[in-house]
Amino acid sequence: MYRSHVLVCGGTGCTSSGSAQIIDTLEKELKRNGLENEIKVIKTGCFGLCALGPIMVVYPEGAFYSMVRPEDIPEIVSEHLLKGRIVTRLLYQETVESDTIKSLNHTDFYRKQMRVALKNCGVIDPENINEYIAYDGYQALGKVLTEMTPAEVIEEIKKSGLRGRGGAGFPTGLKWSFAAKYEDDQKYVCCNADEGDPGAFMDRSILEGDPNVVIEAMAIAGYAIGASQGYVYIRAEYPIAVKRLTIAINEAREMGFLGKDIFGTGFNFDLDIRLGAGAFVCGEETALMTSIEGHRGEPRPRPPFPAEKGLFQKPSVLNNVETYANIPQIILKGADWFNQIGTEKSKGTKVFALGGKINNTGLVEVPMGTTLRTIVEEIGGGIPGGKKFKAAQTGGPSGGCIPAEHLDVPIDYDNLLAIGSMMGSGGLIVMDEDTCMVDIAKFFLEFTVDESCGKCTPCRIGTKRMYEILDKISKGKAHVEDLERLDKLAQYIKDNALCGLGQTAPNPVLSTIRYFRDEYMAHIVDKRCPAGVCKELMNYYIDESKCKGCTLCARNCPVGAISGNIKEPHIIDRSKCIKCGACMEKCKFGAIEKH
Amino acid sequence: MKSLAELQALRDKMKNNIGIRDDDQASIRVVVGMATCGIAAGARPVLAAFTEEVAKRQLQNVAVGQTGCIGICQYEPVVEVFMPGQEKVTYVKMTAEKAARVVNDHLVNGNVVTEYTIGANAK
Repeated sequence: MYRSHVLVCGGTGCTSSGSAQIIDTLEKELKRNGLENEIKVIKTGCFGLCALGPIMVVYPEGAFYSMVRPEDIPEIVSEHLLKGRIVTRLLYQETVESDTIKSLNHTDFYRKQMRVALKNCGVIDPENINEYIAYDGYQALGKVLTEMTPAEVIEEIKKSGLRGRGGAGFPTGLKWSFAAKYEDDQKYVCCNADEGDPGAFMDRSILEGDPNVVIEAMAIAGYAIGASQGYVYIRAEYPIAVKRLTIAINEAREMGFLGKDIFGTGFNFDLDIRLGAGAFVCGEETALMTSIEGHRGEPRPRPPFPAEKGLFQKPSVLNNVETYANIPQIILKGADWFNQIGTEKSKGTKVFALGGKINNTGLVEVPMGTTLRTIVEEIGGGIPGGKKFKAAQTGGPSGGCIPAEHLDVPIDYDNLLAIGSMMGSGGLIVMDEDTCMVDIAKFFLEFTVDESCGKCTPCRIGTKRMYEILDKISKGKAHVEDLERLDKLAQYIKDNALCGLGQTAPNPVLSTIRYFRDEYMAHIVDKRCPAGVCKELMNYYIDESKCKGCTLCARNCPVGAISGNIKEPHIIDRSKCIKCGACMEKCKFGAIEKH
Repeated sequence: MKSLAELQALRDKMKNNIGIRDDDQASIRVVVGMATCGIAAGARPVLAAFTEEVAKRQLQNVAVGQTGCIGICQYEPVVEVFMPGQEKVTYVKMTAEKAARVVNDHLVNGNVVTEYTIGANAK
């Protein structure tokens, strides 16, 4: 029996900030102090506060250490773990109160969150199935197999109001009922773990922190639709998630949660992993299934929908990782419990990957209907450097921007569509006043141009043409008519592309034009980038009254574009200047300006 | 896994190992003084005894923790028990055997073991 548990985050975020080394040092220090039999070290999944990694939590005190460095470990071991004196200096400062420490759940970052899909992330050891079982793991599968008929399971999911978390928000129960309806000798359950949106990492974090929940939910789905085989399609760029899921599948097989005659009920179900090569289009359901079949990942026309002819032309169900993560709790706590969370048409919670210009970069889970303001200002801790909020981008390359005027709109599927964005998989990128909206639209379009599979013309050629127009705008070479052409092209692509990738590709452009038309006009008419991002549209100048002639800028200019005598004002030769900004960074007198 | 009952038995067994991580569940706190003075006087076996005894009896609502020097080094090992809505109880000159009795009498049955408290010893 261990008297204390030390949880160290082993998610990708903290791993890249060095948590593996922390665990190493910790285990060595514990051994040196003879504490290895008293204190247990557990590598968990993501806590959500990735900005503060590596993260370490010590129980039973619940002390939350953030940004831990290997050299801090000896002190934490000898002071806290050996002598019981919490090293307040190294704690996440918001949890420190004058004479005690606050539970993590009461900090601004966690207080407004509600963890359903992320329930076990950062709580259990994802590589030990027993910890999942301790937190009611596989109870839902047991309940479904022994007490419910497949029709009852589908009814329960329908009643819960759960909608697909992958982006489009299709009702999950309805999807299952379609697949259940078609008779065939073999059906399939698939999991979409091909998370491709730039800035989204919630599916990865769930698989890294709680892989068993996906296995359990897929087995439940298999029972509901009558499938005995499942596939998890996951991108090979997620090595930690793949490793932990593999361990979990093997453990589940050993324990008899996968395989033949599960719970002695005669139900058979098994799971395999299929690795994707990271093509964005493979997150689209038909392309994903084509890829599992071993072909080039290209979408196919629907209908027939996958529920009728999906993987290997058999009835199939495909859900996203986060959707599955909700299933076991809906079964255990009931559809009515789930129903009470969220808004009228969007039930439950949503996980967002917070990124961009925000203090608390990380993973948050909030009830549907939470406003963007709450997420950005309270949970996210606001924008660094006291800058002003300009817009938030949701839904990645398929979504759009939400400007400051809509900060108080409750976020759910329908509201986001109404304001020209979409839920998407839940990436939420915050942008401040230094962000150029034309540049952002260009960035996302460049992504879709790269990722377009090339099968249909509107997407292959249309997005490329749109990109060229945007490029012209950002270089100050466009005319006002180009904006109309852009709009027309966008509508055409939306109506005619084969799959979701093309149909949604124009969204970032359309939404930025809708809300930031004046910024586009500034680029086109005034040949000016208000945010000072588009390089072609700005120049560096030296303010003669401030320049002391110290020559520092001239010495740092990589192309020798700055000249002038010592102690006399310098000048920049604009024909040579490459606008790298090195001079502005080096100047000690603030004499260099860009506009 | 052949039945739901088997799974539930396994869950209950496993739950015991991780109860320590539930912040909100523990309503009773047992704190062992583990400064140099406490450790020198034998606080470590006392702490181990508490941890083991609490685990054996599956007391989900008890958290065993440690603290620094309370300032009464001559009475070490010192153990304090905090129960919600009650004054804390300070046990002094503890041993592993005494710890087992405190768990049984005080934590389980609610009877303070008066003879081990600081009140009975500080005369």
